[in-house]
Amino acid sequence: MPLLKVDKLTHYFGGLRSVDNFNLELSENELVGLIGPNGAGKSTVFNLVCGLYRPSEGSITFNGHNLIGRYPHQITSLGIGRTFQNIRLWNELSVIDNLRIAHFSQIDYKLLDSLFFTGRLVRDEQKVTQEAMDLLDKFNLVPYVNELPRNLPYGIQRRVEICRALVMKPSLLLLDEPAAGMNQGEIGELINLVRWVKDEFKVTVWIIEHQMRVIMNICERIQVLDFGSIIAEGTPKEIRDNPLVIKAYLGEEVT
Amino acid sequence: MKRFGMPALIGISFLICIVPSWLGWFSNYIQFIITLIGINIILTVSLNLINGYMGEFSVGHAAFMGVGAYTSSLLTVYLLTENPFFGKAILPEELSILIFPISLLIGGVAAAIFSLLIAIPSFRTRGDYLAIVTLAVNFIFKSSIENIDAIGGPRGFMGMGKVVKAMDNLVSFPWLIFWTFLIVVFSIFIIRNFVNSTMGKSIIAIRDDEIASELMTVNTRWLKIVAFMLSCGLAGMAGGLHAHTVTFINPSSYFILQSTYILVMVYLGGMGSLSGSVISAVLFTILLEMLRPLDVWRWVATPLLLIILMLFRPTGIMGSRELLDVFPKLKKYFSSLQERLTNAFIKS
Amino acid sequence: MTLDFFIQNFINAMQWGSFLALIAVGYTLVYGVLLLINFAHGDIFMVGAYTGYFIGTFLTNNFEIKLPFDLPGWVVIPVTIVATMFITALVGVAIERIAYRPLRNRGAHRLYLVITALMFGLLLEYGNLALLGASDRQFPNLFDKIIYSIGGITVTNIKIYVILLSFLIMGILWWIVQKTRWGMAMRAISYDRLAVPLMGISVDQIILFTFVLGSSMAALAGIMYGTAFPILRFNMGMLVGWQAFIAAVVGGIGSIRGAMVGGYILGFTQIFVAAFLPSTYRDLIAFVVLLLILAIKPTGLFGVPRRTKV
Repeated sequence: MPLLKVDKLTHYFGGLRSVDNFNLELSENELVGLIGPNGAGKSTVFNLVCGLYRPSEGSITFNGHNLIGRYPHQITSLGIGRTFQNIRLWNELSVIDNLRIAHFSQIDYKLLDSLFFTGRLVRDEQKVTQEAMDLLDKFNLVPYVNELPRNLPYGIQRRVEICRALVMKPSLLLLDEPAAGMNQGEIGELINLVRWVKDEFKVTVWIIEHQMRVIMNICERIQVLDFGSIIAEGTPKEIRDNPLVIKAYLGEEVT
Repeated sequence: MKRFGMPALIGISFLICIVPSWLGWFSNYIQFIITLIGINIILTVSLNLINGYMGEFSVGHAAFMGVGAYTSSLLTVYLLTENPFFGKAILPEELSILIFPISLLIGGVAAAIFSLLIAIPSFRTRGDYLAIVTLAVNFIFKSSIENIDAIGGPRGFMGMGKVVKAMDNLVSFPWLIFWTFLIVVFSIFIIRNFVNSTMGKSIIAIRDDEIASELMTVNTRWLKIVAFMLSCGLAGMAGGLHAHTVTFINPSSYFILQSTYILVMVYLGGMGSLSGSVISAVLFTILLEMLRPLDVWRWVATPLLLIILMLFRPTGIMGSRELLDVFPKLKKYFSSLQERLTNAFIKS
Repeated sequence: MTLDFFIQNFINAMQWGSFLALIAVGYTLVYGVLLLINFAHGDIFMVGAYTGYFIGTFLTNNFEIKLPFDLPGWVVIPVTIVATMFITALVGVAIERIAYRPLRNRGAHRLYLVITALMFGLLLEYGNLALLGASDRQFPNLFDKIIYSIGGITVTNIKIYVILLSFLIMGILWWIVQKTRWGMAMRAISYDRLAVPLMGISVDQIILFTFVLGSSMAALAGIMYGTAFPILRFNMGMLVGWQAFIAAVVGGIGSIRGAMVGGYILGFTQIFVAAFLPSTYRDLIAFVVLLLILAIKPTGLFGVPRRTKV
């Protein structure tokens, strides 16, 4: 059974068809890329999967659960972590709080425990802090625990965001343009980081990226989206040589 | 030693507020002001949960206060006193000491239930939607009470003075100040615990970025409703105290002007600062009392002072900081559970 | 319900709706440009009514200080209207300059601006109470009242003037916002506040223009209100202003068309409720209707939901 199965996904923004008959099957521990020109509908696909938008047609199944009609927090609690194109950490909360809050669906205590400071709250908070610190430790982020994200360098913020997405113990990790705004050195680090995350946390990674270097280096399989529909699919090498892809990226050839 | 910071603080303020009143060192007027300060602290702290921590904009706190005020006064007056509204007392006066706190609690529950009716449709969309709905709630509350003639309608409701008196006759003790004090401590206690727990702190995440919160598994809709009910329930309890302090209430007591004052205290103190809320509630209540000789001009001077203050401190007195951030040395006595946990991990 | 009764209430509702619509436009203009609920706007309406009262009383020679001659009606009316609009606009702009702009420039949280607006509303209201006292003021008769009776319906010329003038003014406003350079800039800001400065338009000037427009509409509503219901009270701004704000919200705050329609919807609800039920139920039912409309369409009738990019 595939981990994620997207079938005939279609979505309209007003009258505009932003995603058109999108199909995908992801198996466990895969690393799949989604590329395409600006405005091709890549982020929309992610938002549809996460439940931020409601698809007009089609079905999305994750781990045997039908995702259509669920709230985003329910979907992500099933084990889908994601990062954002423009980093969306909570800037008014420290790094450690960012990670703690992502535990929301995993805390066992009830509202009354949190109001009346019961033993269960203390135990659970200890567990949450422990887990968050362990995760930060793996990402070498412990020196930043009490910093506010907006005060951190860009590359660190990206790392924190990926780290936060792993809090919900996802089996699927969605990375939305993780290399945006990075220099070549940082991109090199990112490539290693994504590979390491995939192996260390046994997750399937689905990545949107503009930087061909990232995509070609790490993806086992790539889909190309243009005007909301898939125009090509295959290994990095096949995609590189596909004339349709070249046309979509560079426009009509000048003859 | 470190763990006793909070209990020590509470004990000292208990002594300062209650013992002199008990021994009769404080005049009735001063006792009245102390109670009023307490009520305003509850109102400010509770509204800060919504308007400060959560970043929504509720302008109807007075209406929820009013629900609590009317519910608890109706209860005590109906049960304990002979009055023109319901006739003979049902229970003996001696039970007043017991009935009074229960009625406060029921007032709070009533306000919380009322707020649930408002919250369910209000939190579907973000932005100023809640502001508008809660504004309308002010009008709806006032209009509704005005149309119920059995409890005095626009003429108001009274008789709570007898209840307070009955308690005093039974055991001579500043009961109002005592219960106000307890509820102030209770409000601060639960709100502080809430916003310092992972569950409650998520409302700050909602203020910061609601979509990111939802995608990081935070059940934003549930959390917003819960926080709103909590806040309004506390306002209801404050309303019950207020009704028994002023002993005469009418629908206009809990209208837009009162809502505005609570808002002012919240923003004066600083969004998302509990100590700021306490400080500003104390200062604002005392300021209003001190300006009393100005008569009508008091209502001109107050907004004017606040406008000037806003111009010089556009984030309120405390911003989003707590008193402890200003005095870091005290921090070890009052640090929250999460801070202690984090620090323990960093050290090890 | 007889037809006469219906028409009578219809005309009353048109008049009441016109006031609400004119004031609601002021709320919605400022909100569209600044995303600020300008809670002082209701009291700007009050300032307009009182300014109209003083100027009108002075020009009709009913004031303590007398003119040496009597002015004819065709001079008094336009001068009163224009001078009142001018002075009220000055008050509106002054508030923006003194309080809102410095706060904006210091990057204060949006809600602090709202609180400041609330404070300015109170300041104007109680400033009035302190200066002029709690007694009611009688608005001068700018028009000779003529009562027409057709069947069972009575209509005064003033009602007709109010309704027609409101339509005319809202037409002009609509034209300003849709067709002129300034109006387009205003709309542009509400779409994208970053791009407009890049287009060589000064945002501060547009904000100023918005306040002038909104405040002069409120002034006009104030004069018309004073003419129709000639008793002025210090808290009239609050009583009418909040309702106009609600009207703006029903229409979809930020939408000018919405404010106008919302004003009439609220006006009709209130008048017709009062026609059938005791008038104490007026506010209760009007606001319940408002909540129902918002429950069905949370952005108001003409509001567009803002979509945040993820």
